[in-house]
Parts: sequence; structure tokens; C-alpha cells
Amino acid sequence: MSKKITSVVVFSKEEFAEDVVIGLEVHCQLTNLRTKLFCGCSSEYRGEQPNTHLCPICLGMPGSLPVANRKSVDDAMMVALALKSEIAERSLFFRKNYYYPDMPKNFQITQYDQAGGIPIASGGEVSIQVNHENKQIRIRRIQLEEDPAKLVHLGSIDTSPYTLVDYNRAGIALLEIITEPDLKSSKEARVFLQKLRSILEHLGVSDGKLEGAMRCDANISIKKGNRVEIKNISSFKEVEKALNFEIARQRAMNSRGLKVEMETRHWDDVKRVTISLRTKEAEHDYRYFPEPDLVPVEISKEKIAKISQIIPELPDARLDRFVKLYKIPSYDAGVLTSDKAMADFFEECIKLYPDAKTISNWMMTDLLRWLHEKDIEIKEAKVTPQHLVEMIKLIDDGTISGKIAKSVLPEILNTGKTPSEIVTEKGLLRIASRKDIELLADRVLIENPKAVQDAAVDEKAIHYLIGQLMKLTKGKADPQLANQIIKEKLKKQSKSN
Amino acid sequence: MKSSYNLSAKEIVTKISRGESSAEECLSSFFERIDEVESRVHAFITLDRDAALQRAKEIDGKVKRKERLGKLVGVPVAIKDNLCTRDVRTTCSSKMLENFLPPYNAHVVEQLLKEDAIILGKTNMDEFAMGSSTESSYFGTTKNPWNLAYVPGGSSGGSAAAVSARESSIALGSDTGGSVRCPASFCSTVGLKPTYGLVSRFGLIAYANSLEQIGPLARSVDDLALLFEVISGYDQRDSTSIRASTQNYSEFLREDVDGLKIGVPEEFFGEGVDERIVKIVWKGIDCLEKLGASYSEFSLSTVKYALPAYYLIATSEASSNLARYDGLRYGYSSEVGSDDWSTTFSNNRKKGFGAEVRRRILLGTFALSAGYYDQYYLKSLQVRTKIRLEFEKAFKKFDVLAGPTMPILPFKIGEKIDDLLALYMCDILTVLANLVGCPAISIPCGFVDSLPIGMQIMGPMLGESVLFRTAYTFEKCSKFTDYSPKL
Amino acid sequence: MKKMVSISEKEVEHIAWLAKITLSEEEKKLFTEQFNTILEYFRIIDELETEGTPPTFNVQNLENVFREDIVEPSLSREYSLKNASKKEKGYVKASRII
Ligand SMILES: [Mg+2]
Ligand SMILES: [Zn+2]
Repeated sequence: MSKKITSVVVFSKEEFAEDVVIGLEVHCQLTNLRTKLFCGCSSEYRGEQPNTHLCPICLGMPGSLPVANRKSVDDAMMVALALKSEIAERSLFFRKNYYYPDMPKNFQITQYDQAGGIPIASGGEVSIQVNHENKQIRIRRIQLEEDPAKLVHLGSIDTSPYTLVDYNRAGIALLEIITEPDLKSSKEARVFLQKLRSILEHLGVSDGKLEGAMRCDANISIKKGNRVEIKNISSFKEVEKALNFEIARQRAMNSRGLKVEMETRHWDDVKRVTISLRTKEAEHDYRYFPEPDLVPVEISKEKIAKISQIIPELPDARLDRFVKLYKIPSYDAGVLTSDKAMADFFEECIKLYPDAKTISNWMMTDLLRWLHEKDIEIKEAKVTPQHLVEMIKLIDDGTISGKIAKSVLPEILNTGKTPSEIVTEKGLLRIASRKDIELLADRVLIENPKAVQDAAVDEKAIHYLIGQLMKLTKGKADPQLANQIIKEKLKKQSKSN
Repeated sequence: MKSSYNLSAKEIVTKISRGESSAEECLSSFFERIDEVESRVHAFITLDRDAALQRAKEIDGKVKRKERLGKLVGVPVAIKDNLCTRDVRTTCSSKMLENFLPPYNAHVVEQLLKEDAIILGKTNMDEFAMGSSTESSYFGTTKNPWNLAYVPGGSSGGSAAAVSARESSIALGSDTGGSVRCPASFCSTVGLKPTYGLVSRFGLIAYANSLEQIGPLARSVDDLALLFEVISGYDQRDSTSIRASTQNYSEFLREDVDGLKIGVPEEFFGEGVDERIVKIVWKGIDCLEKLGASYSEFSLSTVKYALPAYYLIATSEASSNLARYDGLRYGYSSEVGSDDWSTTFSNNRKKGFGAEVRRRILLGTFALSAGYYDQYYLKSLQVRTKIRLEFEKAFKKFDVLAGPTMPILPFKIGEKIDDLLALYMCDILTVLANLVGCPAISIPCGFVDSLPIGMQIMGPMLGESVLFRTAYTFEKCSKFTDYSPKL
Repeated sequence: MKKMVSISEKEVEHIAWLAKITLSEEEKKLFTEQFNTILEYFRIIDELETEGTPPTFNVQNLENVFREDIVEPSLSREYSLKNASKKEKGYVKASRII
């Protein structure tokens, strides 16, 4: 049953392009924090009424002052260690000055690496697997910053007559992770983001599945042309779409002899296009300077040692363990550990059913294919490890055939019903009773006298008759038994003749 | 018997806690005085009579029930209008915040209420504390109680005038580059710029965060120390708040400057300082010497670089602090029309801010902008380091430094309004303490042509106690704080 | 000694755009003039040799001031937004983006 599953890893069929250069600025919300970065407002704003999680600080009220959340620094350290970044002994908060309606103070408290700024960590790398090859994506820096508010447009951003602002998200703790321009395709961007998300989830600092918890801006250039920044990419699923659109747009411009402008564009996930924000280059004059209302963050070697001790197993280590312990191919282990929920699901299954290979095969083929078709994640599907294991056990004890199982799995995923429920409801139980199959075999032989005649001289006719029997039972007949019975009956008939 | 409004804060506390006078009686006396002089002085933007009366009644109830009474029981306080007061409008003397109702109290306001003070209202100031004359207020100029044709100084001009005119017993101001000490000097009151971090800035509407502190204004050093005791101390809501143990500053009020070493920087009496002021302040220093102190002159060579460094740092921080006023969440706002957000913001800011505020925002934006950052902003921060180092050295030799608070006499309203540089130069001696972070006090030191002169005494970081001691001794000897303007 | 550049009207216009403040033509002229006067005077700081001098961002030696990750009650929506002049369905209403 060992099959190559390249077709299952479901990235778009975009060709690998030597001339594409992509760098990402990933904003990850530290969703394990209970409060915002600089105030005590609850960080659980999802699903809440607009503008209900506010205080003078996150609203940028005159006279209010920020005080940093201690745990945000621990989180940032964990991420830095996981990405092999160097943690700064002393880092500073800076103000990034720019106007936008989602900014309560019209400056963002963040970190910076110029003008005397020191981010909490610099350097580092993330290894990704693309087309069965390992590649290192370098990290430039990691910084703590506050999330802006959420803007609501009536329809698309460029036609909305006005903008509505919900400040609940304003001040949520973000970790910005900036890569070097090491990514060469939209696919690599997606794989990178997925891997990064898996790392953050293994660390327990950010739940990337929450809506908007992981967003990014992408810088992209083609053929050493001008760099275009795409803002508002809201998930790693969107990144591939946004980049593919932008690559196609820039290629089309190039082929028509038009110059690609250096600009900032907005990914409109409704229209699925990038829109020029028509910003002047001068808007990038952010006038960074130290935030005078906050004091430096100092991190001692002892503190780093203490945090290193609590770093849990990360995806790469888990991958190795899967290969060694469960004897599954490295590629499969890579796919499974690229999503913590997926890897957890896998190991949960193994606890209930020790044949790791079988579990992995089902997950790598039918399960992944279905998830991709639906464009959802395993957490969103209604399947549990118990379901999958139960289904495999039904095959083992002969209740259903492997082929039937392939039709049962999507039902489980869609409905969340148990495999036995589905098998019973749909009458999919395997026909394994000799008596039942003999009766059906008799019927097949009577209905196909020509084939019965040919069977004596032509092996193919026997297979045809078995096929007819399977068809009659919609594949539920035990194929071995069907084979055996048809042959027996033919032998008997030829004797009696 | 003296009217209550003439009593010191200390006397009011004593009388009310002994039941010799009620808080309500005392408050009425102040309101009578306000009714008498406020129309001429214009110290207040908002008077909160009903709330004040209500509080006075509550306090009288406490007295009657023999409950624990606060350190400022029944003392009327005036508060600069850049300190947030819950549900009481806080304008920063700007059209931008004409109708702003903060949803919270500044830390210092909480402290005052905790100690049973009575808040009279909010005082006039230069718009967003940017000025030294209170002339840039959107609500009109405050007059100097010593001569109504003159400015009271600024930016805490309303607070100093209210105290000087006996409209309030004590007051709070804020000092970014001299904004407490300048009006204290011009109005003949005592004013303190505390060590950076001793008073929580939580609720102080920022002008230049790394420079400013909230400071007390009073008619005497006694009252000043009492008010300072109440407002100072650690507050976890201000990350720059110092975890110093709260001190009983009144204990430092001793008539004793024996052995005190005073440093007198030549530059404090140099070019641009009015000769008449030089004479008066030297008399003050001589007086301290007679009381047992010793002084020596020396040179603080970095003084002349302080003003540009100060203005570049202050306006840089201000340009960012004031970015939040776009008319969206609060503040002046025109209609949401067909314009895009950028145009709407720009129009709101043009209409909501006065000329001086816009000028300083632009100056600061310039100093931080690409290509100028190193030359202006960063350079100023380096200059700041040099000045700090020179002060550190000076304080190894001297207990305090002394000189004039202001280089010029109070000037006539409108006299300097068109001479920007001359107005900026007023701050030349006060900005030093803000750049260094050290405490500085201004105490009445005499008069020229019936206009007040202040002496500035600066101390090392956390050296408030020595400032109080020196000022107290000088006050007991000079008695200038006994003088009051004829209104 | 570095020379402080004088500032042009065009630059003032750009700075005003960065700071989101509309200026009238008269103000542009006046501010340009004033800035040049001020900067001319500020040129004095160039005299002071500061090479190798670290900048003073803050006069204190504080570090690591934090709050614990403990939820504190937020304001009611009515109270938070009472100073906002334009609202719709609990949102603050702003002008169009593009
Ligand atoms: Mg960022
Ligand atoms: Zn908040």
C-alpha cells in the first residue's frame, strides 16, 4: 500500500520561478495571553460586540500610558529560541509614526533595528520542505508590537463610502517575524507560514487557527524589478492566492513592457485581487524614535536558560521522532508535523491502534485530499481519532471492505457520525456469508449463460462473472469468497454437464 | 479674623479637622474670592462649583462622624487643564479638546481625592502646554494678578495666577521646560519641578514625555511640601515611576542651611539675563550665605546648548504625542463627508489646533524626519547626555545650584507674541532641569517695579529634601511669600 | 562643522503632509520663515562635539517594568465612545480609505 503521495500535498501547480524574490513580515498574535500588550483589557475579542474591550490605554486616550505585559516577553523569548534567533540583552520599544484610521494613537509601539533601536531578537532560521527538498529560510528579526484596530468596509475597500472602526483588536500583543527575502515562490511562502504556525502552536504561544491570529505583509519583486508590498494577507491560505495574483500581474505588466511601480497594495480577499493603495513613497518616513513611556527590556543569560528548559518538542524534533519511532517516511512525517493538530491527531490514533503505517497512510491520502478539497483544517473537520481507528478496525474484522471505507471516510468528515452508524445507515456491511453469496452467484450464472459457457476455455469470462457478482452487491461481497464460490460453482456445472 | 481664602493649606487642614471651621464654610470663602477677582484674572477654564460643594459636604460628614481625615482635608485645589478629571472636561486649552470628557482620573487627581482635597476646577494654560505666557490658550489669556496688563507666565499660568490671587489654596501644574517654575516666578508663588519619575504622569496629557513632570504650586514652601507629599510616590500605571519610599517631605522643613554648598553657574547670570534680576537674585544668594550657606561661582559650559536641545526633543516627542488628535475617537471633528480619511484628518487638525501647536508639531516632525534625524533629534539627545554629565559633576561639588528662574521680567500681554525666538528664550534657565531630570524649585525672591522675581534652586536627582530645606530657610528669612497682589 | 540646511517652503509642505496638518498659503510662508529663524539659532548645538557620546533617551536607569497578565475590567462601550462624534452600530465611523 505504500504509495507516493506527492499529488496529495496540495499546493497550486505554480511553476518554480528563479526570478521571484519574496520576503514576509508575519504578524502573529500571542493568543495565549489573557490581556493586551500594554493594558489589562481582555484579549478575547473574537465574536464580541464591537468596541467593548477598551480602556483609555488601548483607545489611545490623552494622558494614558502603556505598561508592558510581562508574559509577552517570555513568549517572544520562546519563539526566538525556537527559531534559533539571538535574544538581545537589552531591547527597546520604539514608536513608528504613521497615520491610519486603525491606529488609536497614530503611532504604533513596536521595535526597530535602526536609529538606535534594538528588537528583542535578531537572526535565526526556519527549515522548510518543498518538493522533497530541505531549505532554510533566514529570519531577520523578531519584535513585539501592538495590533491595530479592525476596519470594516462596506463591500470592497475601494468602493466603501466610509469605514467603520472596531478598536477591540487594538493593542493585542503581536510578534512580528521578519524573514530575509529567501522565498522563491508563493508555494514556499505558504509552506514557510505553515511551518512557522506549527512551531508557534507547538510552543503554545499562538493559535494560528483563530481568525486573523496570523497575518502577513509580503514584499515581492520579479526579475530584479521594483519591490511591491502587499498588505492585509489574513492567513497562510490567502498568502498563496495573493502572491499568485501579484506574480501574474507583474508578469503581465512586464510582458506588455510596463514598469512595475514600487508601491503598497492591499489584498482584497473579497475580490481576490491586489489593489493599489496609492501611497507616496514618502509615507514610509516613519520617524522612528524610542517610546519615552516605556523602559528597556533586559534579559539575562539565566532567564534565557530558564525559558529554554520549558521549550516543548518542536516540529522538526517531532518529525525525527515520527520517523524513528513509527517508521514512517520522512516526507510523511514532515507533512504530519506541519500542523500540530494533525500531528496530535496522528499520535492520538496510534494510542488506540498501534499500526502507525496504516494510520499514516489513511491520513496522508484520503484524509488530506478531502481536507484540501474543502480547504479546511483537521480541527475544522468533524473527524476524531476514535472515528478513524474505528473505521480501520471495521476493515480489519471484515465488516467493510477497504473500498467501502474510502466512501465511508468522507461521510465521517462531513457529518461527524461514527463509522458503524454510517455503515448501518447506508447498508454498507460486507456480505461475507457463504450462503448469501452462493444465492447471488446462482443468479449471476443463470443471467449470464454465454459467459458460463466461455468460462471453460476463457479465464477472462470467470473474472467477468466475479465482476458481475461484485456489481450486484455494490462491492460489498467479500471478493475472495466471491472468487472462490464462482469458481466452485463453475466447476460443479462443468462436472454435471 | 482672616478670611479662609487667606489661610495657608496647613491652617485650613488644622481648622477643619479640629472642627473650628467647616469645609463648606471654607469653600464658600474661596468662591466669594473667585467671584470677586476671577473675571479680571481669568485663571480658570472650568469651575466645578456643584461638585466642589458636594465634596465639601461629604467631608464635613466625615469630620462629624470622626472618620479618618486626609492630609488635605477640605483644601481647595486648582488643577491645570491637562490633567484628566473623570467626566469633567479637560481641554488642554485647545479647541481640539473643547468638549473632551475623560473617562478616568489622573493619578494625582486620585491622590488628591483620597486625601480629601476639594477640586475647584481646571485652570488655563498655553495650548497643550506649549508656551511660557498662557497667551496661546484657546480660551483667552490669563492675567498676572500683580499687574493685570502682564502675562502670568506659562504654561501653567492659570494655576499660578489662581494661587497668587487667592482663588485657590494650592494648585497643580505641569513642567516640561519650566511650565511650573516660570509662572511661579512671574506670579510670586512657590513652584516645584520634581525629579523625573517621582510623580506619576498617568493622566497627564503628554506634551514631551521624557521631560515633563507634574508639579505643585503653593503660596509657601510649607504648603508646597504638603501637596507634594500627596501627589508623589510610586504608581504602577506609569512605567517611569520610581519605586522610592514615600517621604514625609514636611520633615525636611528646617530653618537650617548651615554648611550648605551652593554652586552659582556664571551662565545663569550671563548674556540675556536682565540686570535687575541679576541684582535681586544675588541678594537672595547673599542672604543664604548669611544664614550659614557658602557659595562659589563656576562655569556650566553646556548651558547654552540646552535650549535648542530642549526644543528639538520636546517638539519631536510632541509631534508624535499629538498625532492621536485626528477627530475620530475624541476631539474636534468636521463632518464625515466625501473626503478621504487623510484629508479629513488634516482638516480636523488644522481647525482644532492653534498656530503655536501646529508650529511645534511641524518642527518636531521635521527633526525626526528622514535625513534630519541624526542632525537634529539624535544630536540633541547627545547634547542632553553632555549636559547631564556636567550636572552630575557639579552636584558632586555642590548641594544645590542657584540662579534666577527667568531671565526676564514678566512682560506685557501681546508684547512678545510675534517674536517667537524671544518667547522660546524665556525658557533658557528652566529647561536644564528637564533635560537632566533633576528637581528644581522656584521661590519668590523680590520685586522689580512691583513685578515678581523668582530664584531657582536646583538639586541632584531625588534631592527634593535639600531643596525644601533651602527654600524654607530662605522663605522664613525673606518673607516674600507673605506678600500678596492687590486686586 | 556640519551646516544646518535651511528649509524650503516645499519641505514645509511635505512636513505638513507627513504630520497631517493642512496649511494655508500664508501659513506655509510664515512657518518657513520662522523655522529658518529658529533653526539658524539652533545651529549652535553643532559647536558641541558629541562624537561617541551616547544619546540620552531617558534620564532614568530603569529596566524591566511590567504588568502581570491579569484581566482588568474594560469600559462600557457607551463610556469609551462618548467623545467620538461619529458612530454607527457600535462602530466609530471614519472617512473612506481610498
Ligand atoms: Mg510591524
Ligand atoms: Zn485596554
